[in-house]
Amino acid sequence: MYFRCMDDKITGKLKILADAAKYDVSCSSSGGKRKNENKGLGNAEGMGICHSYTEDGRCVSLLKILLTNFCIYDCAYCVTRRSNDVQRAAFTVQEVVDLTINFYRRNYIEGLFLSSGIFKDSDYTMERLVRVAKKLRQEHKFNGYIHLKTIPGASEELIKEAGLYADRLSVNIELPSEMSLQQLAPEKNYAEILLPMGAISRQLVQSKEERKLFKSAPAFAPAGQSTQLIVGASAENDHQILQLSDKLYKNFSLKRVYYSGYVPVSSDNRLPIITAPPIIRENRIYQADWLMRFYGFDAKEIADELHPNLELDIDPKLAWALRNRFAFPMEINTADYEMILRVPGIGVKSAKKIVSARRFTQLSFEHLRQMGVVLKRAKYFITCQTRSLQPQEFDSDLIRRRILFGDGSVRSALLRQQLDLFQKVG
Amino acid sequence: MHLYTYDGSFEGLLTVVFEAYERKAWPTAIEQEHLAQPTMFGETIAVHTAEEKAQRVWQGLQKKLSAGALQQLYHTYLWEQPGFEQLIFAYIRLAYSSTDNIEGNYAASCVLHVQQAAKQVHREKHRMEAFVRFQKTKDGLFYATISPDFNVLPLIISHFRKRYADQRWAIYDTRRRYGAYYDLHCATLVNLELSPQQRHATLAEAVMDTEEDKYKQLWQVYFDHVNIPERKNPKLHLRHVPRRYWKYLSEKQPRLHK
Repeated sequence: MYFRCMDDKITGKLKILADAAKYDVSCSSSGGKRKNENKGLGNAEGMGICHSYTEDGRCVSLLKILLTNFCIYDCAYCVTRRSNDVQRAAFTVQEVVDLTINFYRRNYIEGLFLSSGIFKDSDYTMERLVRVAKKLRQEHKFNGYIHLKTIPGASEELIKEAGLYADRLSVNIELPSEMSLQQLAPEKNYAEILLPMGAISRQLVQSKEERKLFKSAPAFAPAGQSTQLIVGASAENDHQILQLSDKLYKNFSLKRVYYSGYVPVSSDNRLPIITAPPIIRENRIYQADWLMRFYGFDAKEIADELHPNLELDIDPKLAWALRNRFAFPMEINTADYEMILRVPGIGVKSAKKIVSARRFTQLSFEHLRQMGVVLKRAKYFITCQTRSLQPQEFDSDLIRRRILFGDGSVRSALLRQQLDLFQKVG
Repeated sequence: MHLYTYDGSFEGLLTVVFEAYERKAWPTAIEQEHLAQPTMFGETIAVHTAEEKAQRVWQGLQKKLSAGALQQLYHTYLWEQPGFEQLIFAYIRLAYSSTDNIEGNYAASCVLHVQQAAKQVHREKHRMEAFVRFQKTKDGLFYATISPDFNVLPLIISHFRKRYADQRWAIYDTRRRYGAYYDLHCATLVNLELSPQQRHATLAEAVMDTEEDKYKQLWQVYFDHVNIPERKNPKLHLRHVPRRYWKYLSEKQPRLHK
């Protein structure tokens, strides 16, 4: 087998620019509603598909690359920062287009996630990102998913144009507080980040209103906007982080806030010294985020000044239930759907099944078991026809110990691994 | 004791339901003709598929069930696991005999089982939509093979037809020996008689497009470099991509690059 030298060049660029993009955790490819109506290539109307999973267990749904990793900024947490000694590369617009189309045709991906280091200036960089998206849509009739990263400081016209071709736009908030941003990314500030976020959010509203009046009005980023922040590179506690997310969801109607546990990519002395990424903490924050978006929890209920950090060894819903024992036990046959959602171990699907099935008959624990409702944690908090699986009244500490160490409890391998690590360090 | 046999088609199975009601003789077993063992006790009733009888059963169900529940029944047929015919029969009988809609009644075992079977089929359908990897041939056909746990090929066609409206493609089920082919206008199911040597239905190197290896290699490069080694989590990885699916995935094949 022989490869032409052009191919080797592309391979080399792909290695560098995929490596540089992988710390951006956004992977969603759903909510696009872009149908294939022009007998073109691709369809992004349904929910997104994960075409593969990396060995770290993350979904691979989009071709996630940087256009270039040349950058004029020097953010301490970023692998692409100016002062870091790494190989640099840049794709041409055509190279990104060819890769996207050829990967898509083979069913490798749902579409493209394109971000970039900032070269020359914001507008110059943004203009090239937009050009890739425009070419895919117009010359290749591509209806797959496109997520463009908005470069902080790019002009409003360019952002508006980006939204015409992209399904989703995102601006990274980067760090959970302005102070941390000043310390670690002195060339950036919240104002510059929130400005485009606000502009996108206004455009989204405006376009939605226009499309109510005129069906043919152009859609603007139909899958909405998202952002990401890095956890563990600065000192904020979980309470502060969740307060920030809550504000972002409410004020900028974001679809998602992504949390990226800081992976030590730098020995920059502005950063805390850590040996392993805070994977469990990141996971607990995601669980808390889900509680806010799908389970009707208020940010304050999950973490507050008294409990500023999420517990690492139990999930935030169980933690809430143990702090609020007065709300339990809950009778499964009569409790409101919203309350059943608050039972530890019972998810949206199980809660819906319970509410549906109890219209036909009084439910017993056997019914729940057959329906696949996980009782390991739930059994301490519910009754079925006033009967309980736990005759004695346990106090919260005992329940916690039972769930963590009791019969048949399986602790996540990851948790064990990280707790072992703490022990070694300690 | 009543053993019903049928030809294995969905219409055939609905015809069995019709005949059972006609005779008021509930089946103790329903089996496909070519698999059925003659019974020592009781009666064997060989049912011939009849379009209009199947149609009447289906129309009766449409009055009792939502489109979603009808789809779940069809999915249970494609599930193909032992006893699926009896399960479908039990569900239909419950639906006919109840005045209320039975769909949410998960406390009834046939309703719960149909729901669970349909979910398994749906999951496999989704996996096939995700894990199919096309290879491009010299004449511009995009070709892939699958061997899914359940018979999901009929369910994935419309997804690929919408997605790849501008390219010719074919997907072949090597386990059930039939495929789907899209010719830029419509997608059709095709039976291919292959010799035992061609059982795996893989493409020869010679018919492959000259750029095929290049893009397969670039995909492998991408897959390797998007991984974050510090976050390695093999258990989670395997939960998402069980080993039995690796055979489809070009990123899980030996590396073409160093």
